[in-house]
This record gives sequence, structure tokens and C-alpha cells, in this order.
Amino acid sequence: MAGLTGRMSTVVKAKVSKLLDRAEDPAETLDYSYQKQVENLQNVKKGIADVVTAKKRLQMQETSLQQSVVKLDTQARQAVSAGNEELARTALERKNVAQTELQGLDTQVTELEEQQQKLTDSEQKLRAKIESFRTKKEVIKAQYSAAEAQVRISEAATGVGEQMADVGLAMQRAVDKTENMKARADAVSELEAAGTFDDVTALGSGEDDIDRQLKELSSKPAVDDELAKLKGEIGAGDAPAPVAIPAEAGSASEAPPAGGDGAPAKDAAS
Amino acid sequence: MIVRISGEDQYQLPDEQADRLDALERAAVEHVESGHEDGFAEDFRALLEFVREHGTAIGDAEIETSDVILPPSDLTFEEAGREFTGEGLIPD
Repeated sequence: MAGLTGRMSTVVKAKVSKLLDRAEDPAETLDYSYQKQVENLQNVKKGIADVVTAKKRLQMQETSLQQSVVKLDTQARQAVSAGNEELARTALERKNVAQTELQGLDTQVTELEEQQQKLTDSEQKLRAKIESFRTKKEVIKAQYSAAEAQVRISEAATGVGEQMADVGLAMQRAVDKTENMKARADAVSELEAAGTFDDVTALGSGEDDIDRQLKELSSKPAVDDELAKLKGEIGAGDAPAPVAIPAEAGSASEAPPAGGDGAPAKDAAS
Repeated sequence: MIVRISGEDQYQLPDEQADRLDALERAAVEHVESGHEDGFAEDFRALLEFVREHGTAIGDAEIETSDVILPPSDLTFEEAGREFTGEGLIPD
């Protein structure tokens, strides 16, 4: 039991200490420390910029996926209206994949936003401490004997160092997270490149590869449900008469759906 | 004593609160050991809340070295498991 005591804070403290840039010769470190601190502050800024870049990329993908969802939804409706169930199914499958990706992206964008905020706050704190160090070092230089100055300098340098190390840890976490997100962004790009979210009307003869991929990726039941729903809404089948169909009774037309290979159209009818 | 919550602030915490802090920390780590995620989340939050409540935040311009450094508030159960149990104790 005693072994657990302080484990958490000890581990964290050890991590911070490892990142601490300890001055070897305090006598000449005053200006060196300060210079080093300013350099590190630049790195933090760069870190924040990286997070922002990653976030922007994800947001751009979000926008393009949202457009795909709208487009594919429209196409699915058009396909159902035209009685082309296969095409409708393909559009819905694509829409399904796009929506799943969209949800994932959304969570990640939120997470990155939090990281960005945290890093920005940390950067401000660090900046304040560095500024304070700058003032302090002049006072130390002017007022203290060499021996006493050494002690005070190393105290101050350690204090600022700790703040820096803490920002360092926060950056590491942010970098780890952005790495994961980059992986996700790449995966979405690959899906895009493979035509997963493409216009279904652009389907050519070489679609077998995409189809196989889609079948693995999309959840069939969801697509079936949605297809049935769409058919219910629009009025299934290819009833040739464009007469105004009563909203709910539409699917009871005498002609069975011509498209597809015996698709489960019946369950949509009331 | 000075306590830092990683990624947040440093706090001046009265020395007589050290035992309580220790007990809270231990409780959180025990949940990690026993794989009790909900318990961990609750106790870890309580630990940080305790520091924020009983401590006085140290100004940004003050330069202090911490006696205790606690993990960031968004530490996940998984991360805690890696850091505070078994293999995790060996520094990476």
C-alpha cells in the first residue's frame, strides 16, 4: 500500500525533471537561460501553429464530406424516383460511409480545439514567467554577491524551466493527438481518392473495386432501412404515370420494381 | 507547499493539507491498479478539485518550483494505466 503513495505526482515530476534544461554553470547562465527561454517560446508558437494546421485540414475535409452527403442523398432520391434501386443503394452506401467519417472528424476537430486553447494559455503563462525572469535577472546581477546570485539564479531558472517543461508535456500530448488525427485525415483522403464519396452518376465500368470496398465499409442494414424509407417517401417502383401520388399510399402500385435483382421492396409498402 | 496541475496553474496549498492530498492521490491510483475506470475518473477529478479549492493560484509572473506536480485534467484512464502502474513506472 505504501508503495502507491505519491506515485502519480512522482511520475509526473520525474517527467518534468527530465525535460528541465538544467544550467551547468549558473554564473554565466543568466543571459543564456533567458535566450534559451525565448527560443523555447518560439517552439511553443510553432507547436500551436501545427495544431491549427491540422485542425484546418480536418475542417476542410469536413466541408467536402458534408457536400458529398448532400449530393449523394439527392442522387439516392433521384435514383429511387427513377426506379433504379441499385444506383440508389450505391449512393446510400457512399453517403453512409461519408457520414461515419464525418462524425469521427467532428470529434477530432473539437479535441484539437481544446488542445489549441490549452497550448495558447500555456504559452501566455510561459511568456509572463520569462518576462518576469528577465526583470529578475537584472536585479540579481545588480544586487547580489556572486555566491548568493548563483543560488537565486538557479532557483529562478528552475522555476521557469518547470513552466517550460510543463508546456513541453502539453505539446507532446498535442503532437500525439495530431498524429492520430493526421492518420485519420489520411484515411479519409484515401477513401476520397478511391472514389468512395464520388458522384454515383460517374460510375463507369471499372467500379468493381469500389463496390467491394464499399460493401466492407458500409453497414448494410442502415442502407436497407434508409432505402426503404426513401422508397416510402418518394413512392417506390417505376409507375410511369407522374400523377400526384398521395404521400403514403404511393408504394402500392401494381407494377413491381423493375430495377435490381429481386430487392426487398415489399417491406416498404404498407 | 506548491502544487502544479500540469497544463494549468501552480497553487500554494497549506502544508497541513498534504495528507489529504496524498490520500486523494492514492485513491485515484488504486482505481487505476484495479481497473476501475469510473472510480478513477471521479477520484482524479476530486483530487484536482481539492487543489483548486484549497490552494491559492500563483500569479503568472511569479517564479516558483513545485513540490508536487499532478497530471493534466484531461488525462485518460488509459494514459493513467500506462503511466502509473506496472511497466509505466519505468521512465520512457
